[in-house]
Amino acid sequence: MRSGLLSAVSLIFGLAALSPTAATASEPQAGGTLTYAVLGEPSTYDCHAAVSFQELHYLAPHYSLLLRFNSENYPELEGDLAENWEVSDDGLVYTFHIRKGVTFHDGTPLTAADIKSTYDRIRNPPEGVVSVRQALYDDIETIETPDNHTVVMTLSQPNAGMLSNFASPWNCVYAAAKLEDDQRFPVENILGTGPFRFVEHASGAHWEGSRFDEYYHPDMPYLDGFRGIVMTNSALVNALSGNQVQAEFRGLAPADAERVKEARGDEVEFIEGGWLAFFFITFNTEEPPFDDVRVRQALTMAIDRWGGIEPMSRITFLQHVGGLTRPGSAMSLSDEELESLPGFARDMEAAREEAKRLLQEAGIENLSFTLTNRSTPPFVPLGLFLIDQWRQIGVSVEHRQLDTAQWATSRLSGAFEVLIDSAGEWNDDPSVQLNRFLSHDKFPANTSRAIDRKVDELYEKQKREVDPERRAELVNELESHLLTEAYSSPGFWGGRNVALASEVKGWNALPSHMVNQDLRSVWLDK
Amino acid sequence: MVTYLLKRLLLMIPTLLGVALLVFFMLRVLPGDIVEIKLSADGAVVSQQALEAERARLGLDKPLAAQLGDWLVGLTTGDLGRSMWTNRPVYDEIATRLPLTFQVALMATVIAVFVALPMGTLSALYRGSWLDYTLRIVTMAGLAVPSFWLGMLVIMMLLLWFDWLPPLGYKPFWEDPIANISLLIWPALVIGIRYSAVVARMMRSSIIEVMQEDYIRTARAKGLFERVVVARHAMRNAMLPTITVVGLEFAFLLGGLVVTEQVFNLNGIGRLFVQAAANNDFTLIQGIVMLIALIFVMINLLIDVLYALLDPRIRFQ
Repeated sequence: MRSGLLSAVSLIFGLAALSPTAATASEPQAGGTLTYAVLGEPSTYDCHAAVSFQELHYLAPHYSLLLRFNSENYPELEGDLAENWEVSDDGLVYTFHIRKGVTFHDGTPLTAADIKSTYDRIRNPPEGVVSVRQALYDDIETIETPDNHTVVMTLSQPNAGMLSNFASPWNCVYAAAKLEDDQRFPVENILGTGPFRFVEHASGAHWEGSRFDEYYHPDMPYLDGFRGIVMTNSALVNALSGNQVQAEFRGLAPADAERVKEARGDEVEFIEGGWLAFFFITFNTEEPPFDDVRVRQALTMAIDRWGGIEPMSRITFLQHVGGLTRPGSAMSLSDEELESLPGFARDMEAAREEAKRLLQEAGIENLSFTLTNRSTPPFVPLGLFLIDQWRQIGVSVEHRQLDTAQWATSRLSGAFEVLIDSAGEWNDDPSVQLNRFLSHDKFPANTSRAIDRKVDELYEKQKREVDPERRAELVNELESHLLTEAYSSPGFWGGRNVALASEVKGWNALPSHMVNQDLRSVWLDK
Repeated sequence: MVTYLLKRLLLMIPTLLGVALLVFFMLRVLPGDIVEIKLSADGAVVSQQALEAERARLGLDKPLAAQLGDWLVGLTTGDLGRSMWTNRPVYDEIATRLPLTFQVALMATVIAVFVALPMGTLSALYRGSWLDYTLRIVTMAGLAVPSFWLGMLVIMMLLLWFDWLPPLGYKPFWEDPIANISLLIWPALVIGIRYSAVVARMMRSSIIEVMQEDYIRTARAKGLFERVVVARHAMRNAMLPTITVVGLEFAFLLGGLVVTEQVFNLNGIGRLFVQAAANNDFTLIQGIVMLIALIFVMINLLIDVLYALLDPRIRFQ
């Protein structure tokens, strides 16, 4: 009996140790300043125009959202400014009950009007305002505020991903009064209702915030303040090793993590988990022979993903094999399902024979092309890996490594034959994850430039399907179709390995490095 | 002398105008779009509408002539525009970082001059001896070792041996001299090593050349002590090419501490320049290039003035 109990306890602790959660053994303690590194400088203070962690890791602590992802139980949603909410049976009307007693950092109370102004700015940006994710909110027909603490959003048609869109970390809630005066106010000013007030941004050096004592959540935040240090990658590992910074919230490559581990031993904790970031191969379907599905399939079939992930994961943060949705996420294809699709076979000898046959059938001999790539890790090692894989079916590839600016231009202008691309999103929802593969004429951001009405149709169907099971089936069908057509073909998925000083508690690594960055639950175990 | 200075100052105008035009057109010819980097390089899906709105906001949708006009008019009024990345005035971005870079360059120059002048002189005076060979090996090593590698080595050494790293963040000397020096002494030393190797080799060859001149023989024939011959006649004349090297290296350091600033995480002009180039931040690159061009022109002028002060023949010409 006793040993059985011990085994159960050990199992529980063992499982707890495996979860991507920072130790939360004791009660949170108040006080202290968290110092963390951010690899870059924010390009704007406006969350609605921002796309990168370089902005969000500084901005998020100052703002609240309407909803947020539950940091203990991702992807469950919980209220942030919304205390609770209801969705009508037809999925068209979303009613949010806004918390009372919430104030902005300047002391003005938050009302439903602030939510309305914020979402009006996102879905219908006035001239001079950039709203990057405007399309996600196209279905919102009206936003009404029947009273000071109720917001009613009515959709023109059901949208299965809409609720999670309201938890977008980019939808910082701004003050309506400020927006009324100047819609560009948030571009250069910080005024939110989040757990920390803005103190200072020293260009190229640091960003500081201090505890907002009137934050709506009792006891939170625990920290007195935070200091984000603008840092270069080369300096980051030294700073972590020397305990100059207590965290970097994106994740480290294996070699860097090893160096920090060697230097700090038990004084640093590594929180590992999946990452909503993947690297994929895009074929320019306007350029022959990549307009031929057989050629694309042959090239994806030649890649030994199951065998390649092991060496790749030793040198880069690429850690997982997956399709076009994050492996292990609610609607992703299982390994068995993937194995039946081009590019995921376990028997590489047979797969490569089939690849050669497809090339022959397409009338292609001695195929050679240029692989356009970005000259940074993990793009380069992935490119080298792919070139070696393609060499094994007799394809020769020139590796064109460009700096980020040139790569980005080639990528969007279609000036490439085959390109290594990356995607880093904030949400597993398929409407967010798969929209990059919509037909190019409808969605110019599709870098493969493919036009496939079946993709558009399935995407639209899954977006409108409110029954989760039926939606998962549609998503699987869409993903299988995309992987079979191989306009874009997955390379590998990333894995997060976040180094935290052992005194940092109360933070979890969720699959996106964009969410759970408001630092409200973080505390220091002194 | 005054006429000469005025002429040189006037000549700066077409030089800087040429640099301004060159950098403007070169940046527009090179591929890469800041809006695409800003909004979609991180893998986000961004609508064409958002890309166009941002281009319009940055003025990139204006005709090239209008963009050039804005740039040149701004230059004449001292307005370098706003960074396309951060939206802050370019002048502020540069002014925030210039003191740090200037101080590192100055400290490295002081280290280099104090180390290199005696090294180069001794090496020349004891030419062919074991001392000369030793010093030449040292200077060659100084030249061969890349500064970034040495920088990384210094950081690792400080961390492993002393469990200490230079502080994060720059504090001006007058605010906190200890924090200031403990941050900047390391990059200054790292750069100073290569810098002193360059200067020492120049000093050595100049002294060797000067020591064979007739006036040195005359000085010796007059019975002057060797110390006086070297200090008053040889070193003074050998300083002319050395000053050129010191000046140009100093100017180079003000814009070229790129890698060292990355390694030591210094918020200086070099790191700013790299970031601006990586982001295709046209306005910021233009501003930094103009600053570097101005520094080079001014330092060249300063070197010429020093030449005149050190060598009466130049003054009389």
